[in-house]
Amino acid sequence: MIANVNSIETFGSVDGPGVRFVLFLSSCPFRCLYCHNPETWTAKGAERLDAETILRKALRYRGYWGKEGGITVSGGEPLNQIDFLIEFFSLCKKEGIHTCIDTALANFTTEGEYFEKFKKLMAVTDLLLVDIKEIDEKKHILLTGKTNRHVLEGLRYLSDIQKPVWIRHVLVPGYTDFDEDLRKLRAFIDTLDNVQRVEVLPYHDLAKPKYAKLSIPYPLADVLPPTKDRVENAKRILKAF
Amino acid sequence: MREEWRGFVPGHYEEEIDVRDFIQRNYTPYEGDESFLEGPTEATNRLWGHLQELQKEERSKGGVLDMEEHVVSGITAYGAAYLSPEGKGDEKVVGLQTDKPLKRAFMPYGGIKMAEESLTTYGYTPDPALHKIFTEYHKTHNQGVFDIYTPEMRRARHSHIITGLPDTYGRGRIVGDYRRVALYGIDYLVEKKKEDFANTGDGTMTEDVIRRREEITEQIRALLAMKKMAESYGFDISKPAKNAREAFQWLYFGYLAAIKTQNGAAMSVGRISTFLDIYIERDLKEGTLTEKEAQELVDHIVMKFRMVKFARIPSYNQLFSGDPVWATLEVAGMGMDGRSMVTKNDFRFLHTLENMGPSPEPNLTVLYSPRLGENFKRYASKISIDTSSIQYENDEVMRPVWKDDYSICCCVSATETGKEMQFFGARANLAKCLLYAINGGKDEMLKTQVGPETAPITSEYLDYDEVVHKFDITMDWLAGLYVNVLNAIHYMHDKYYYEAAEMALIDTDVRRTFATGIAGFSHVVDSLSAIKYAKVKTVRDADGIVTDFEIEGDFPRYGNDDDRADKIAVDLLKTFMKKIRKHHTYRNSEPTTSILTITSNVVYGKATGALPDGRKAKEPFAPGANPAYGAEKNGLLASLNSVAKLPYEFALDGISNTQTINPGALGHDENERVGNLVHVLDGYFTNGGHHLNVNVFGREKLIDCMEHPEKPEYANFTIRVSGYAVKFIDLTREQQLDVISRTCHSEL
Repeated sequence: MIANVNSIETFGSVDGPGVRFVLFLSSCPFRCLYCHNPETWTAKGAERLDAETILRKALRYRGYWGKEGGITVSGGEPLNQIDFLIEFFSLCKKEGIHTCIDTALANFTTEGEYFEKFKKLMAVTDLLLVDIKEIDEKKHILLTGKTNRHVLEGLRYLSDIQKPVWIRHVLVPGYTDFDEDLRKLRAFIDTLDNVQRVEVLPYHDLAKPKYAKLSIPYPLADVLPPTKDRVENAKRILKAF
Repeated sequence: MREEWRGFVPGHYEEEIDVRDFIQRNYTPYEGDESFLEGPTEATNRLWGHLQELQKEERSKGGVLDMEEHVVSGITAYGAAYLSPEGKGDEKVVGLQTDKPLKRAFMPYGGIKMAEESLTTYGYTPDPALHKIFTEYHKTHNQGVFDIYTPEMRRARHSHIITGLPDTYGRGRIVGDYRRVALYGIDYLVEKKKEDFANTGDGTMTEDVIRRREEITEQIRALLAMKKMAESYGFDISKPAKNAREAFQWLYFGYLAAIKTQNGAAMSVGRISTFLDIYIERDLKEGTLTEKEAQELVDHIVMKFRMVKFARIPSYNQLFSGDPVWATLEVAGMGMDGRSMVTKNDFRFLHTLENMGPSPEPNLTVLYSPRLGENFKRYASKISIDTSSIQYENDEVMRPVWKDDYSICCCVSATETGKEMQFFGARANLAKCLLYAINGGKDEMLKTQVGPETAPITSEYLDYDEVVHKFDITMDWLAGLYVNVLNAIHYMHDKYYYEAAEMALIDTDVRRTFATGIAGFSHVVDSLSAIKYAKVKTVRDADGIVTDFEIEGDFPRYGNDDDRADKIAVDLLKTFMKKIRKHHTYRNSEPTTSILTITSNVVYGKATGALPDGRKAKEPFAPGANPAYGAEKNGLLASLNSVAKLPYEFALDGISNTQTINPGALGHDENERVGNLVHVLDGYFTNGGHHLNVNVFGREKLIDCMEHPEKPEYANFTIRVSGYAVKFIDLTREQQLDVISRTCHSEL
């Protein structure tokens, strides 16, 4: 199975536990206004690599992983290439590697072929880092162009099957930092019993040069990164790590 | 057994000088954590506070606090002098290089010209009487070398294809086994040297015998002078040290003798931590010392190592920026028997960076093995993250070669303590060598013939096989010339600037290594890769000299764990080393090489034209064995893997790698960062990497520090550069910009 690979980071230390090999896959159904990887939206220009080749590359770094590290697949939305993920993680598990997906569960559904595949994937996945971009659906649509029903439904399912997750929330002033929504988000998290960690990721504008390079207008040109106070506030409400 | 050795496990060290045997039989491995450590005493705070005031004053005076104009430095050139203005009261370890703290000695034997230039640079006046003595009556090392240099050697020196030759100052890199003073006392050391003297030669005065007899006599003279120097401080070091405080003091006197007589670029302290712990443990057991007092001894001797100064000239400072002296000091390592050599003292030495803040000196080096205890690894990692002041070297690759009592004699180079010395010097600029290959031996900057006049490459596009062939021939020439320049320098250094004090503390039957070096490494690798995998078009000036290149297409770069480029790197190192080995080396020394540039990567770059890898003329080289700036596309570990492929056995003098990691990219919190850095070190050294400088800070901090050096938090802000550490504010602006522009491994 061939994957559309945007890039590889051999030293990931914040995308899952320990030191991790992070594979960034291309293509994403969302168009988050604050996206800091716009180059992963489509598969254009992506490198096409098969699962075995990628695993071979990853294994070169095994000596750095210790007991807790492993492989994280990020993107883009990795679930857009679910067939590849199933094959790749199955190979990883044969090697005894800790596997993790960084996802927004964008198209999650408990129906049909997708769900069958998702179940297969969960059998070889140790951890999911799930983005909840906004708990309020209208604001979610404004921010990403899509509904948040899938992500919430997906998280419910992951809780049902007791699959460990880390919840991540990107804090964007004026978009995702309303106290009321943060409290709602925490209330939702409290209904789940598989959440190991909640993280608040302050929005930053370091991706501006990437947009310029891709000739895409930068959507949040007027938005400044959140203040320390607001970040602390969000962490407090979300009981974040 | 001698009274001073009470309580020690007996062994071979009683019969012969054998410090390693003493250590192995007597040290106490420590597997616990850092919770036993003590903070600074009031005396330490007072002394360190005073020293910081002096350092501030030194900086405000342009980098030099005071200089000697009239006294020629020597072991007994000055009487007792102290750091504290109130006298010795607070100081548990005493002894200064001159009569005042941070005052720089006058050391003319390496070269009177440089000694005088360093005075005038800082507004001091050379003494005419000394000038007359060292120009009319007594020759110096520098004059000796220039008396015999060939025109070709002078041209190569001028064009910077060979740079950093120690022909105007001490060659350094010799580590006396200063522990011997503590363990044996001077009288026994003299006795042993006399024995060697008596057994040198059968009466037939060959050149070797004459030289050896003269050298031993010089060594004995130095030993006796050490005794006299110690007497001026009220200590009798003729006998072994009786307790920890004496052991620290005796050892330091040995080192002090070295830095009073030599101004080598590197004046390493050596592997003293485990040794000194044995004395501390005995005193703790006997109830004559507390942990607080033990830490105080360590803090005070380290304070002395932070004070070592030499008078330098501007061109020297450009090569080795920030006033480094490489008072390199090692902790940790594993013994041949598989036991960790980490003692409580290894924690104490690292803890000085907490008790007295970050500091570039001593150049603290952790001899790392993935098998070291987790507690120690985590503590070292924590100190790295907090201070960016320590470097790591792979004990697993060095121990098989140098056994388990080696010291680091410069930035990264191993040497067996008390058994070896090194003839070191300069670096061959292989990037320039590649350009000479293309331009038929003409220098691309000076536009003059420097190398042999060979047929230049005339094609518009470079052909890989043709370039490799010509490069090989040119490297042959350069390797031969380089070895011979060093042969000349070391002959003269032995003759006019012999290191009697250091050699007195090394076995008479000394092994000698001959350490060469490489500059421009990653640029040559990438250039060859570009020629092989992309298309490289030459751009010529009116005289046909290639002055620039245009690259069409993409090519694999060193630093991405891509074997296509990394294989070129491995081959380049092997080829160079094989060429060095072909030549006769002075005193039958064993040739080695290093990929290590210090901060001279900026100076080398400035003197070198554009390269086929896209690096523009005059731009700095990447330091040491680091991949070129911007070449790394797959993150830190891919870069580390590329460097780890370079075979240590072909670069026994060291392979230096400097990496900066953004704290946010190392983990979410301190606990994660500490653990992740340990994983990075475990992985890199398991893969065979030799050396790693670890910096943990963001680019923003560097920029703010460059713009606002006056902020108090930056006074001691220390960073690791290739092979040493330096206060960032002490770098030239050019070098600060260079450091900032290097890849910072961060989240994006």
